[in-house]
Amino acid sequence: MEKEEIKNIKQTKEQWENTILKKTLEKFPERKEKFFTGSGKEVARLYTPIDLEDFEYEKNLGFPGNYPFTRGVQPTMYRGRFWTMRQYAGFGTAEESNRRYRYLLSQGQTGLSIAFDLPTQIGYDSDHPMSMGEVGKVGVAIDSLEDMEILFKDIPLDKVSTSMTINAPAAILLAMYMVVAEKQNVSPDKLKGTIQNDILKEYIARGTYIFPPAPSMRLITDIFKFCSQEIPLWNTISISGYHIREAGSTAIQEVAFTLADGIAYVQAARDAGLDIDEFAPRLSFFFNAHNDLLEEVAKFRAARRLWAKIMKERFGAKNPKSQMLRFHTQTAGCTLTAQQPDNNIIRVTLQALAAVLGGTQSLHTNSRDEALALPNEDSVRIALRTQQILAYESGVAETVDPLAGSYYVETLTNEIEEKALEYIDKIDKLGGVITAIEKGFIQQEIQNSAYQYQKEIEENKRIVVGVNKFQINEKYPEGLLRVNPEVGRRQIEKLHALKKTRDNQKVQDSLTDLEKAAKSDANLMPYILNCVRAYVTLGEICDVLKKEFGEYKESVKL
Amino acid sequence: MEILKELLKGNRRAAAKLISLVEDDFTQAEIFLKQIYPYTGQAIVIGITGPPGVGKSTITDRLTKNLRKQGTKVGIIAIDPTSPFTGGALLGDRIRMQDLSADPEVFIRSMGTRGFLGGLSKATQATIKILDAMGKEVIFVETVGVGQAEVDIVRVADMVLLITMPGMGDDIQIIKAGIMEIGDVFVVNKADRDGCERLITEIEMMLALKPETKWKPPVLKTIATSGTGIKDVEETIFHYISYLKDSGGLERKRKESTRKEIIDLLREKWGILFNQYIKKDFLEEVITRVIQRKEDPYTVVNRLSDILIKSYKQGEKDYDQ
Amino acid sequence: MEEKKIRVLIAKPGLDGHDRGAKVVARALRDAGMEVIYTGLRQTPKQIVETAIQEDVDVIGLSILSGAHTHLFPEILKLLKENQIEDMIVIGGGVIPEEDIPELKKAGIVEIFTPGTDTRDIINLIKEKIKK
Repeated sequence: MEKEEIKNIKQTKEQWENTILKKTLEKFPERKEKFFTGSGKEVARLYTPIDLEDFEYEKNLGFPGNYPFTRGVQPTMYRGRFWTMRQYAGFGTAEESNRRYRYLLSQGQTGLSIAFDLPTQIGYDSDHPMSMGEVGKVGVAIDSLEDMEILFKDIPLDKVSTSMTINAPAAILLAMYMVVAEKQNVSPDKLKGTIQNDILKEYIARGTYIFPPAPSMRLITDIFKFCSQEIPLWNTISISGYHIREAGSTAIQEVAFTLADGIAYVQAARDAGLDIDEFAPRLSFFFNAHNDLLEEVAKFRAARRLWAKIMKERFGAKNPKSQMLRFHTQTAGCTLTAQQPDNNIIRVTLQALAAVLGGTQSLHTNSRDEALALPNEDSVRIALRTQQILAYESGVAETVDPLAGSYYVETLTNEIEEKALEYIDKIDKLGGVITAIEKGFIQQEIQNSAYQYQKEIEENKRIVVGVNKFQINEKYPEGLLRVNPEVGRRQIEKLHALKKTRDNQKVQDSLTDLEKAAKSDANLMPYILNCVRAYVTLGEICDVLKKEFGEYKESVKL
Repeated sequence: MEILKELLKGNRRAAAKLISLVEDDFTQAEIFLKQIYPYTGQAIVIGITGPPGVGKSTITDRLTKNLRKQGTKVGIIAIDPTSPFTGGALLGDRIRMQDLSADPEVFIRSMGTRGFLGGLSKATQATIKILDAMGKEVIFVETVGVGQAEVDIVRVADMVLLITMPGMGDDIQIIKAGIMEIGDVFVVNKADRDGCERLITEIEMMLALKPETKWKPPVLKTIATSGTGIKDVEETIFHYISYLKDSGGLERKRKESTRKEIIDLLREKWGILFNQYIKKDFLEEVITRVIQRKEDPYTVVNRLSDILIKSYKQGEKDYDQ
Repeated sequence: MEEKKIRVLIAKPGLDGHDRGAKVVARALRDAGMEVIYTGLRQTPKQIVETAIQEDVDVIGLSILSGAHTHLFPEILKLLKENQIEDMIVIGGGVIPEEDIPELKKAGIVEIFTPGTDTRDIINLIKEKIKK
């Protein structure tokens, strides 16, 4: 905009403030002295071109599918194809989860998202003492290839894309998935999907780590390398801000810490000798959609622009695909309330709207009853329908990046990018993200935000409908999903039977080979595949690696 | 007394309860401390201090695991600051010693500094005695070494391990300024980080400025998370302890710390008596009279002392009955 | 100057890594003047009870979000009983279905706090039960 024009607007604004606004404020004072975004950033009464004085359309936004991708990674966005509707699911045994997946596919879901139980995520078999009480609870229990075969029974792996929330033992579950595909005669280049494989945010926020940072980063770069050659369509990592936000961070912190993690992975892969434009196109991201609609939209746009700049300017990536931040979104679990659970449907709708307006590639919408238990089938269906209504009825998918040019949204986008970059600089100064984690810096920043949030609710500075305002006396809802308590026992029986019937010489041999490979600097993926083919269990593989790599101890700063 | 018998047998609950008594009501605790005193003085007490985040707890954890392999019974006192604003404390040192809590022969106690001020070393010393009496052979006292109060705490130890790490920036200044002189053994942890050699040179240069002594504090390197260098630290500790024993240094150190303990206890006792027996109103009256030149401060102090001594004697009599 | 303090162990039994709640509660209790011992993730019932003994706490606060409470909470209560510990109260928190709560209370858990709890309710309960 012309300097002259801005000057005029400034003058008019001043006049308006001194006359009309002043009078109104005298008669009708505003609800609060100050207003804030969901993340606690102060919000002005009005945004105008003055806030975007230095705005340059081509530089700041450009066109969808073009650098810096602020407006989206595809030129036509949802006019071409809707986002992938992908509901995270899994519980109990492989049989039960298989049934739920087939139900979701029959209801129009377009991708699978596998939840594993905690023992699987931490590398324990179901019969390990630490697994007691945990088997099949928060996801499906997978001990060996046998379980994985059941999990995908009658689901053609060349037709679905599958996302697996698995991190420390990601290589093992990916190997199992590949072998199941082998058995279905699906060639590896047809396989589509994602492994989360993001160990750094496990140290920061989610807690399902196994090995220390150095060998964990090695496993990750091994996967990058292996996948770029063997399963080219596979997303090798989903760099996740979701859990960072769930742990209580602000929107800015979510962007900053996620992209800082991303920087560490790119750096590690480059240090391992990989070419950036070979692996970077397969990096994907995973963000949270929280309550503040416009702040969240700005967050997604800022993250996209900042990552593009980082890849281009910091790492010299040339392939536009390397510069694109493609992301999955899940609505914010931490905003769901146990009180008046049906209200959660509305929260989820707004959060999903933010994700769509922010240009997400795929979306999980939470179910209304998740503050109480795992979701039942009715709740999951409503959650899926929420996405379908947004897609087919709301109209927001008919044009690309519809909020662009809003003075407020563009200002927020700029601010989030700027503040996130400040954090990234600080982390660089501390010596990178791993050092920052070991020092507890990132964890403490998140904890401070989480504590602040809680206090604001308790002091009624932040209203949560049904929790600290508009409460009712209500009955506890019925029909919540219960995981069959027999799961643990059945899973152990199955595991013991397997150990008797498999070729145990083959098991020993493949484990010995893996151990040797772990001591060398060989790529571990082929060795893990061999173990999996021989029905070596997840726990057995992890034990060998633990012996070689050691175990991570959390660094908590209180 | 049942609790004492149990303590001497190594009962963890008895020890834990007595430590609580030390923290909550020292006057009551004294009754027990008197009785266990003859059974103390056996354990080696090692102070571990250094700036926050350098890996003190991890090193303590590693050293303890090594000691346990040899069958040595270990006690650990981990002290963290109490918030001066709320009076509460977050005590998180056990996070880095998780595996130890399953070992019945390791006793870990987390302590907040509370409002003890100078009295913290009193509580620490009493806790050391309790762990000593329950049969712990090596006792680690771990504190954040940033100021004089912490320095005082580790002074109760037979030796002090001072831990630091590369890349601390200004924190090294704190070490220089405050607590450098108390280290008997220096450890540079996270030695795989940049700047390790430079830090070692810096410490050695600082040590060179100290007056010449027979024991030259060594500067050791560790990577505590992987266990690298821990054996070396352990050997150096015991080398130093036997040096102390042979040279009479241990005896001297313990004499010094006993002297300090007695003087501190005496001071505190009279402070308490003063608060207890000199009523506030009475004191105000006296002050007014002094200001009005009806009395002089010197006579007044003598008179107050007489009151204290009489009250104390009376109190003792009451107590005996 | 000795002063009495309420001592609380905040422990995370089981395998889940969601410690936002545990840490927020730990801070809130500290700000209410208590001494809070936090021991980190993945604690076994044995580790929790042993820590509670050594630290001589007044309150054990257990946080769990994985659904393993039905197994792990009773296990911890059993160990407390075996060690003849009667002077500590146990409270729990996390995603715990209401229908499980009567059973847990019968087993000896004093109170269960579910999502949306005001930390002041936790503080008040502790102060009411533990007179120091």
